[in-house]
Amino acid sequence: MTPKLPIYLDYNATTPVDKRVLEAILPFFCEDFGNPTSHGHAFGWKAEAAVEVARQQVADLIGATPQEIVWTSGATESNNLAIKGACEMYRDRGRHVITCRTEHRAVLEVCAVMEQAGWQVTYLPVDETGWVEAEQVEAAITGQTVLISIMAANNETGVLSPMVEIGQVAKKHGVLLHTDATQAAGKIPLDVEAMGADLLSLSAHKLYGPKGCGCLYVRRRGPRVRLAAQVHGGGHERGLRSGTLNVPGIVGLGAAAEVARGDMPADAERLGALRDRLDTGIRAQLSDVHTNGHATRRLSNTLNLSFAYVEGEALKMKLSSLAVSSGSACRSESREPSHVLKAMGVSDALANAAIRFSLGRPTTEEDVDFAIEATVRAVRELRAISPLYELAREGIDPKRLE
Amino acid sequence: MEPSHSPELMEHFSRPRNVGSLDRRSRRVGTGTATVADCGDVMRLQIEVDGRGRISRAKFKTFGCSAAIAAGSVTTEWLRGRNVQEAETFSADYVTERLSLPPDKQHSSRLAEDAVRQAVGDWKSRRCPCRHPAS
Repeated sequence: MTPKLPIYLDYNATTPVDKRVLEAILPFFCEDFGNPTSHGHAFGWKAEAAVEVARQQVADLIGATPQEIVWTSGATESNNLAIKGACEMYRDRGRHVITCRTEHRAVLEVCAVMEQAGWQVTYLPVDETGWVEAEQVEAAITGQTVLISIMAANNETGVLSPMVEIGQVAKKHGVLLHTDATQAAGKIPLDVEAMGADLLSLSAHKLYGPKGCGCLYVRRRGPRVRLAAQVHGGGHERGLRSGTLNVPGIVGLGAAAEVARGDMPADAERLGALRDRLDTGIRAQLSDVHTNGHATRRLSNTLNLSFAYVEGEALKMKLSSLAVSSGSACRSESREPSHVLKAMGVSDALANAAIRFSLGRPTTEEDVDFAIEATVRAVRELRAISPLYELAREGIDPKRLE
Repeated sequence: MEPSHSPELMEHFSRPRNVGSLDRRSRRVGTGTATVADCGDVMRLQIEVDGRGRISRAKFKTFGCSAAIAAGSVTTEWLRGRNVQEAETFSADYVTERLSLPPDKQHSSRLAEDAVRQAVGDWKSRRCPCRHPAS
């Protein structure tokens, strides 16, 4: 049977809502539609109760207490609140932030805003596997450092960060630690105590919940972290984030967190096996395939490969039967390769020919086998047209042409 | 299909014509290798010219985006059967119009024009008796 095309292998971009999550959400649109701040009647009480259940569910996923969860519109807002809010609140401690070059734009661009506001930001480099060491973080700490922001897992490569060690460094120097756990949440176990995280961002739509809802974990004890609110008007969420709560989204995030907690071990193992099947299946038939990212210290669902001697946009077009993420689109006179791959020292040509396969809960063995065949066929076709591949076959270094 | 890709582009990208190589050492073959410095696209285009100055075969290989691959296909189609003098007048506009390329993809057309010019130049230089004495 031909599977339904295109095959979705872009679960790091977003996930479908899990049916169990959808079921939990539905009553909160038309029946239990109350505003949680309507304390005077049953509609409000019911909504408030549902929001508090969700708060507990999300807290359980990351080893936090419900009072430490602040609802937001998603991880981008959470990152904004964490970084801007902490910097503004603790500006008397200094004006320095430490982050990493491979962070998501939702962290990097917030850091750029802080720089414009006169803050100093250290962007730590990574090694060729995308790995950042806790020692690098420690070496970057100065008397001025207020906040460290390091992602738990990278969206493009799946590479993990040594959060436990970084947490120890942060604690030792009395610096706050924020982690963007958008990709990690639901894929690997997270424990804010073990990680020593003071702030943690996550998003519902990356873990089979709805889009438009996320949260920020804000530590309440040891130390009690305070933030300057970035959205004002109503004093919701203990004044940290005003605005009527997105009850269906919040209920969905809670349900998604609970489902993830139960399914995570089995999901991670199954997807890891499928990811390895994809990897070995492609490599068995193609030469000059490069893995972007550490072989083992990465999410089990993510595979980022570069195919030498072919161009990224053409590859993406040939792979129209697969919904995957590619290096970059060919536009105008220049291509901007991924900042993540660039930070890892991947050449522009290979970064451009990178494909990120990210597997998810609905992914089947048939999907993976189809993806292997489609990828091998596409790369072979393009290499047959590629003068660089021909030169390489003849033993001439195509770089001489560049 | 992305909105910027015309059916003609998709056709020549999916089934490119005249892919391949000719013997670059042959005196009847002219080889041109053009590159776009900023994006790294490479097109190698070869023509084989018969005794009457007519292009009997044209072949290409492209490392580049879909537009650059389709450009090699339509350009070699255009070249086949034409005189070398005509080939010298080949313009990027032909590719741009035939593939309906938006402005940000027109480096692919210029890549093809550049490759044709170089291939013709290479063929001419091979005919020059001072560099290639007749055997």
